[in-house]
Amino acid sequence: MFCLHYSYIYLDLHLIISLLADTGMFCLRRCPRSSLLKLLSKSRSISSSCIDPNLGLTTDEIEYRDAALNFAKTELAPNMQTWDLTEEFPVETIKRSAELGFGGLFVSPDYGGLSLPRHDGSVIFEALSQGCVTTASYITIHNMVNAMIDTFGTEAQREKYCPDLSSMEKLASYCLTEPGSGSDAAALVTSARKEGSKYIVNGSKAFISGAGATDLLVVMTRTGGKGPKGVSALIIDTDTPGISYGQKEKKIGWNNQPTCVVNFDDVEVPCDNLLGSEGQGFNLAMHGLNGGRINIASCSLGAAQQCLEDVLHYTNDRKAFNQPLNANQHVQFKLAEMATELTTARLMVRQAAKSLDAKEPNAVALCAMCKLYATERLFKVCDDALQLHGGYGYLKSYPVQQFWRDSRVHRILEGTSEVMHMLVARDLLKHL
Amino acid sequence: MSGLRVLVGCKRVIDYAVKIRVRPDSLGVVTDGVKHSMNPFDENAIEEAVRMKQKKIVKEIVVASCGPSQSQETIRTALAMGADRGIHVEVPAGTDADLQPLAVAKIFSKLVEKEKPDLVILGKQAIDDDANQTTQLLAGMLDWPQGTMASVVNAADGRLTITREIDGGLEDISVSLPAVISADLRLNEPRYATLPNIMKAKKKKIEKMTPENLGVDITPRLKILNVVDPPVRQAGEKVPDVSTLMEKLKEKGHL
Repeated sequence: MFCLHYSYIYLDLHLIISLLADTGMFCLRRCPRSSLLKLLSKSRSISSSCIDPNLGLTTDEIEYRDAALNFAKTELAPNMQTWDLTEEFPVETIKRSAELGFGGLFVSPDYGGLSLPRHDGSVIFEALSQGCVTTASYITIHNMVNAMIDTFGTEAQREKYCPDLSSMEKLASYCLTEPGSGSDAAALVTSARKEGSKYIVNGSKAFISGAGATDLLVVMTRTGGKGPKGVSALIIDTDTPGISYGQKEKKIGWNNQPTCVVNFDDVEVPCDNLLGSEGQGFNLAMHGLNGGRINIASCSLGAAQQCLEDVLHYTNDRKAFNQPLNANQHVQFKLAEMATELTTARLMVRQAAKSLDAKEPNAVALCAMCKLYATERLFKVCDDALQLHGGYGYLKSYPVQQFWRDSRVHRILEGTSEVMHMLVARDLLKHL
Repeated sequence: MSGLRVLVGCKRVIDYAVKIRVRPDSLGVVTDGVKHSMNPFDENAIEEAVRMKQKKIVKEIVVASCGPSQSQETIRTALAMGADRGIHVEVPAGTDADLQPLAVAKIFSKLVEKEKPDLVILGKQAIDDDANQTTQLLAGMLDWPQGTMASVVNAADGRLTITREIDGGLEDISVSLPAVISADLRLNEPRYATLPNIMKAKKKKIEKMTPENLGVDITPRLKILNVVDPPVRQAGEKVPDVSTLMEKLKEKGHL
């Protein structure tokens, strides 16, 4: 691994710097670290190919994508493997992304947001995921919570919470799933008993992303009877007494994002923190998840894009039987299949986003469809990319395995692929 | 020092990460459908101007670019980084490769006449032609002092102290204003164009004009005869000791 393949920036940076010095590129030794990383992490680009993510984008959208990709390549990509190994939640870097506006993409400018359409959000998250899927998906969750408060909150709530979330002064987590209810979300049991001007919250939430490191939670609780109509959403500050966290889960991916059980023990929440009205919580949750599904699908797009770019270079450089791997028709055909899946998924995700922006009646089903398709198919693209890397694909020093591990969970969270099937089928049967 | 007006130049070039392909007619490189972006040295130039504005040394930053209609995207990036308004000197598409440093310097000297800046900052060289001439030509035309290959620029008492990166090391010079500077990579770390700034930049003005409007003849004075790929790198040879090395070098006529 001593030859200079641009895509292998993920290897020991010091080795690369000394190699460059040896090859006479002396000027780079004096380059500020981040410019050097920028130089190295921008592997040979694939512009105007069939997998170019700029496909169909306007000049403005390309500018947004460039801004996000630049941040991803400079701040995320060089660290993604270290963060995965040390399980560090890169709060500083995440908060730096807010300076670029990534804290409140969908929130009103009155509260520090950019009011961007979901389509632009998808383009941005896809680009960020090329740098680090886990960090990008945390940013999507943060944005989902911020947008929920902006959409359904009162003036007072929006004013109190959204500016801090948009600037990422505060980080947010979303609490719906419980140890006893995931797909059957409406069966949640965390209770919020009204007592005067307060709700007393008791229960546990499981698999909460960012838990322990975030400042604000939006929690779905049961205020009424059984089923979805008894659910209400509450905004809860994490420094409220009675909140405790379970042990940080050990996961196979998304390692630089803490995932814990959150316990509520007689937690007192002012009634002013009710988001929307009582009984509206489930609708809020589902509304938030529509956007969330596009976001997660977009993260899968970024992962697959990066894996495909990496494997295109690898199969070009790696030789077997006296020729590069990509001289073999099987390899070429495999790459073509992967490229076709990627571009197809991209179009599906962006269309779903456009439909959601236009509030079309089929938007919910399209969001489900785009998550189903993108997360399932693009995981296989990452898997194929890993296989094409041969033994190297199995090593943690190569990024492809991390994209593979990180994107595996996209088929599960924010609505399993099975639930996505349910939603699409429901839409079809509704029209009979 | 405060209230200075700065004119910054930027150029739309093929993105540095793109694999360059020579055109079939060997008279240039393929540019159709290829990703372009702002010349990296120009990013340093704009960043320096923006920093001077943040320090309140500079009052207004005007960014100018000479090129086809897509150069407006490059100007927008500069506006998103913090420039106040733009000037696009448009040349017909496909002829931008003929726009050589002499012509660009002439255009900029006309812009200087028009805008009357106190300081012009350009990138050291463009990564497509690597000419490193425009700054020097412009300074000569204007009869202004020049600080080329600048890696440090400090402003005080109506003068600029500039550290230049030269072959022998670093050189410190002091120039009076108005002056022309060319930015080197080590001058600063260009900021990210943030999304809010990209959106704000859409509202900033870009004035359009042609070289004819400015009375400049941009006919190229140099003609490109041939463009070829560099020779394919040959494998090196390992030698067991220094005496063999000396032998080999003598053999190949290097000594």
